[in-house]
Order: sequence, then C-alpha cells, then structure tokens
Amino acid sequence: AGLGLSALAGPALADKLEPNSWQEITSYNNYYEFGTRKEDPAKYAGALTTEPWSVKIDGLVERPGDYDLQDILSEMTIEERIYRFRCVEAWSMVVPWNGFELADLLDMVGVRPEARYVAFETLYRPEEMPGTRFPVLDWPYREGLRLDEALHPLTLIATGIYGKPVPKQNGAPLRLVVPWKYGFKSIKSIVRITLTDTQPPTSWNMSIPNEYGFYSNVNPNVDHPRWSQATERRIGGGLFSRRVPTLMFNGYENEVAGLYDGMDLAKNY
Amino acid sequence: MEWLNAQLRRIPVWLVYLVGFLPAPVLLYQGATGGLGVEPIKALEHELGELALQLVIVGLAMSPLRKYVGLNLMKFRRAIGLLAFFYVFCHLLVWLVLDVQIPAQIWADIVKRPYITIGMAGFLMMLPLALTSNNRSVRLLGPRWRSLHKLTYPAALLGALHYVMLAKGFQIEPLIYFGIVLGLLLLRLPGARRKAMA
Repeated sequence: AGLGLSALAGPALADKLEPNSWQEITSYNNYYEFGTRKEDPAKYAGALTTEPWSVKIDGLVERPGDYDLQDILSEMTIEERIYRFRCVEAWSMVVPWNGFELADLLDMVGVRPEARYVAFETLYRPEEMPGTRFPVLDWPYREGLRLDEALHPLTLIATGIYGKPVPKQNGAPLRLVVPWKYGFKSIKSIVRITLTDTQPPTSWNMSIPNEYGFYSNVNPNVDHPRWSQATERRIGGGLFSRRVPTLMFNGYENEVAGLYDGMDLAKNY
Repeated sequence: MEWLNAQLRRIPVWLVYLVGFLPAPVLLYQGATGGLGVEPIKALEHELGELALQLVIVGLAMSPLRKYVGLNLMKFRRAIGLLAFFYVFCHLLVWLVLDVQIPAQIWADIVKRPYITIGMAGFLMMLPLALTSNNRSVRLLGPRWRSLHKLTYPAALLGALHYVMLAKGFQIEPLIYFGIVLGLLLLRLPGARRKAMA
C-alpha cells in the first residue's frame, strides 16, 4: 500500500494543495442522516455511537463475514492522502485524509472472479439520526463503484483527518473517498460492503436519476441540470471568494481517465 | 381584538421599516466576520431569500387575518411588501455579484435553469409593485392600481416554487413554505369565505 502514495500522489500534489482548516472541514458537511443544513451534521452527529463498529462484507467474496473495525485496522497500513474534494453542489475543499486503500481491504476478504461491482451502505439508526425522520432519500444511504474503480490505488477508505479519527459529521469511523468523483459518492459511516455482478442501486441516482448518475465523475463539461459544473468555490475564501475552474476528474485525469476509455461521459454522467 | 387593533395602530410604520431592515446589515456583518459559517456566500443568499419569502407570507396573510380573525395589520402592508422586495433584491444581488460572478454565466443560468428563470420572473413581477408602492401611484393609477397589485399572487407562488425547485432531495421546509403560500392564495378564491365559515 505504501507504494500507492509515492507513485500516485506525486502528480496529484504537483500544484501543492493547501489543505482546508480542521474547522472548515468539520463544520460544513453534507450528511443528510443528521439534517440537510450544512451545520446540522456538526450539531447532531455527536449522538452517533461508533464503538463497537463492524462492517459486514458479503456477496461475491471468498471470506464473507462481519468484520470488527479493530480487526480490519490491524491488517491495514494507514497513510496520509491530501485530496481535492469536489461536492456536486459546486463547492470544494482540500482534505488531508488518513486511511488505507480499498483495494487492500478487498484483497483481505478475497474478491471472487465473477464480481464486477462494489456496493456500500451507510449506517441507518433512526434513534441517533434525526434527519432520517424525513424521507429526504430512501434510507439507508447506498453507493457503488465499478470493481476497477474500487481497486484503483487512489480509492481510499478514510479513518482519519489531520491525523485524528474521522469526526462523526465527516463519516466516522470509516468512509469511502473517491477523489475524482463528486463528494456524494464517497459514502460515510460504512456498515456493509457487498461485491456484486450487477450495477448496484445508488441513493441519489434512485432519487433523481436525471441529475445524479452512477458514475458521477467530476466533469466541468457536463452540467448538473440545475447548475453549471464548470467552476467551483473553494471553502474558506470568505464573502468575496472567487470561483475557480473545475478540473476534469477533479484534477486526477492522468490517473483515472483510462478507466473510462471509449465511454461517452456525457451519457454516463 | 379591538384592544389589540388599537395597540397595533399606535405602532409607527417607520418602526416596522427599521426593524424589518435591520437583518440586512446584521447578516452582511455576520457573513464578513464568520458568523454565517465557512461558506458565507450561499448562507447569505439563503438567509436573504428565506426572509423575503417570510415577508411575502406576512403580507399575504394580512387580508385573510382581517377577514377571518378581525386582526387589522393593513397599516403595515406597504412596509411589509417593500421590505419583501428589498430582500428579494438583496438576494438577487448576492447571487449576481458574490455567487455566480461571471456575467456570461448569469445569463446562461437565467435562460437554462428553470428554478432561476422562475425566481427571476418572480422578481420582475415584484418590480412594478415596488415602484408603485407610493400614494402618488395609487392616486394616478386609480382602480388599475388594485389590478396591478394582484401580481403579488403569482410572484409569491413563483418565489415559493423557486425554493421548492432548488432543494436537493425531498426536503420538508420548502414544501411548508409552498403550502402556506398556496393556502393563503386559495383563501382568496371566490367561495373560500363561505367554505371557511361553514
């Protein structure tokens, strides 16, 4: 896993990404299980119980089971990855994550050759999640990746930010980070990972299919039906913050464009 | 109710203007000093839009309140209407100057994005209303003034619809606003009074 950082983070770091502050990263969140306002997760996620935590890994894997988080962590190598984070709402941050490659976890459980996709599920615990009283989305929150996307060395399971455990409002105790896709693909507080041979249903796609596709790669040339994706605003610039151009695949084009060779990215948004 | 109406009549209109105007500088100050969080532009835009919608609702509620409850707030209706317009205008300004920033993008958004088209249409409908909210216009326009100011109804509906359309996912708050506006408009339909009494 150590190789991933030196081999890949190099080009991604070429423009010297300046991480957002802890305060910015932990006070401005989309985690609709705790409410739809940006400040709701920081306000209400404290109620979330994250210990003990286990992840059910099932479907097309060699060693399915309920894996205790501590047992997973004892097998993984934690490293730091400073990634751009681009929300579908056209704001962005830079986050210094700590975590391990999803590929390492999948390697640990053994992916069967028929597997083509990976499905993820967020915890759904209404008594600790005030936002789930409303049918904002069809709970539990679900996301998915194609297997080659999941195995890509940039794809991270984050367990920390700035060297501290991931705060609850950011998806404690472990969450996905796919830096070349819109933020909602990077599912939080994962309780289940399922390997499948068919494309799994994903929450935003189920809710509004013409606005949120399965792929949801960051792409300045394909607008959201209700707003432009050509530019974004970096969090932290204050009242007079200028918009900056959004980069293809969020700046990770060299690393990931090959995954989509021959695909019409306007159709497969 | 008579007593309450008498007390209300003693409140000077300028006080309503003053209190109604105060949130604007306070929000701007909060936005500039971190009081609105780490992304003050969207927060300011949202707060101003929500305030405008709340004032529109207060304005729309006045004549039903008088009709069904006997509460007379009509003295303050012009102030409330003008304040609502003021906040819609500020909301638009923040969107233009601080949020979108790029002139070409602004026009593209107005034409291409239905929720912006609808919000813009609502603003344009309010413009002649604000311009004719003075005694001279009332005198000059005569009965046409009343007809013109019926534009309040579609403008309110568009404003509420604008909010519903920009929500991500199924959200309750914009639907509550939309429901209230719709209810206040339905009360004005002929026959609504008889039904309400029955």
